[in-house]
Amino acid sequence: MIDSIQNMFAYDFMRNALFASLLVGIACGLIGTLVVLNRIVFLGGGIAHAAYGGIGLAYYFGQDPMLGAILFSVLSALGMGAVHLRTKARSDTLIGVMWSIGMAIGIIFVSLTPGFKADLMSYLFGSLLAVSSGDLQVMALVALLVIVLVGFFFRSLQAISFDETFSTVRNLPVTGLYLMMLVMIGLTVVVTMRVVGLIMVIAMLTIPPATANLFLKDMKGMMLLSIGLSWLFSSVGLVVSFALNLQAGSVIILVAALSYLAAAGIKKLAVHPQA
Amino acid sequence: MTGQAVIELEDVWAGYESDRVLEAVNFRMVAGDYVGLIGPNGGGKTTLVKVILGLIKPERGSVRVMGVSPEKGRQFIGYVPQIQQDDKAFPIKVWDVVSMGRLKPDLLHNLSLKDADKKIVERSLRQMDILDLAKRSINELSGGQRQRVTIARALATEPKILLLDEPTSSVDSRSSSQLYDLLADLNQSISILLISHDLTAISTYVKTIGCVNRRLVYNGQKEITAEMLSSAYECPVDLVAHGLPHRVLPSHQEEDDHD
Repeated sequence: MIDSIQNMFAYDFMRNALFASLLVGIACGLIGTLVVLNRIVFLGGGIAHAAYGGIGLAYYFGQDPMLGAILFSVLSALGMGAVHLRTKARSDTLIGVMWSIGMAIGIIFVSLTPGFKADLMSYLFGSLLAVSSGDLQVMALVALLVIVLVGFFFRSLQAISFDETFSTVRNLPVTGLYLMMLVMIGLTVVVTMRVVGLIMVIAMLTIPPATANLFLKDMKGMMLLSIGLSWLFSSVGLVVSFALNLQAGSVIILVAALSYLAAAGIKKLAVHPQA
Repeated sequence: MTGQAVIELEDVWAGYESDRVLEAVNFRMVAGDYVGLIGPNGGGKTTLVKVILGLIKPERGSVRVMGVSPEKGRQFIGYVPQIQQDDKAFPIKVWDVVSMGRLKPDLLHNLSLKDADKKIVERSLRQMDILDLAKRSINELSGGQRQRVTIARALATEPKILLLDEPTSSVDSRSSSQLYDLLADLNQSISILLISHDLTAISTYVKTIGCVNRRLVYNGQKEITAEMLSSAYECPVDLVAHGLPHRVLPSHQEEDDHD
């Protein structure tokens, strides 16, 4: 068993895949915790899908799709954030609209682009095994940026997540912090997309923090455990997908989801042993 | 009562879009006072709080907090919001909640909690008698304990004014009277503005009473006047329902005068 796992990682693409999921796990653990605690999971999904518009445009104009995805996800993050800050009550409708516009633009420009497009599927469903060293650099940059910003502004981010009104009364720059958080979500979404695809980004952002939250009752601990869980889920998923010759991203998500369910079950038994 | 005004509202009209909630509100709260504002649900109490905190801009009129605009003056207000029952179940410890009182607009200041700030947080916890809960998650606390945490957070801001919105809404009656005793102690150094729909509870503790129901009637006195009853006509309905303590009624309205 150990031998065969060692053999797996003799391949460059497997080492890249593992490295990529470790880097993305850092961003997902930190940012996913903020997404879950701020209850903006839907917004995260919206950003991921709107990013497809950027991918389609980049394809059409012969640019790097990653660049298009970053541009669109950051812009849509800021747009959705502005809507969310201004019209709390109806923001989900508008986020849904932006979600669809992004997808529609992407699909139209992809169909306008002549040539072979199998590669595009990789943005929808992830292509962990095709991660390039350029992708790894982008992931490393995003992970570093997220570590630095979340680390530095942890107390302020915790405050706006816990009680936005109180933070406003204390005259914290709530809007600035919020937009900074959204840009980080946008960037994290783009790099996570490489691993599990834009359709399953939400799962990578939410399952590790949700699992961590079953056992830990403070935000810092939740972030750190989420990173660890992301690493665990993606390495186990990667090995299993290789062994069974299945698509890596989907296996990672299933490993994560099953682990969450198991953890929730264990917790329930521990709290109410008689039930 | 005379003295320096800590909160001043002049002819304030405010509301949401087409729905006007407050009309021609005049209010002057002096330093050292302990004001209880009562009023029916939907009478504009929360809107008044938001106007004072600068969270809502009034359509008309002026608001001064410590002599400046509410956006500036609110730094002197220790805000104690109403506890939400369905609160996000946010994973956070009591200590971290109260430390939020030390946050400043300058993000660089907020990078870490300085030693001086830690002392203030500790003092606030001790003042509310919850130092032993510091390491606990807020989700394990009772309503009364959570309310103390929220007040401790407000105290950690070293406020000149304590502004409490329905502080006993999720607190049982025994802890609520303990809470009012604590507030009475705090009033020796801090002005307090207390907003509630429950007159019976607050009338025994506050120094002056006002009534909000679209309009605000406040004379800087402890008694509920006929003017209050007539202009905020819904208030007496609440009073009857809760049982009106004798001491807040003007004596001429009483047949057998106990006071």
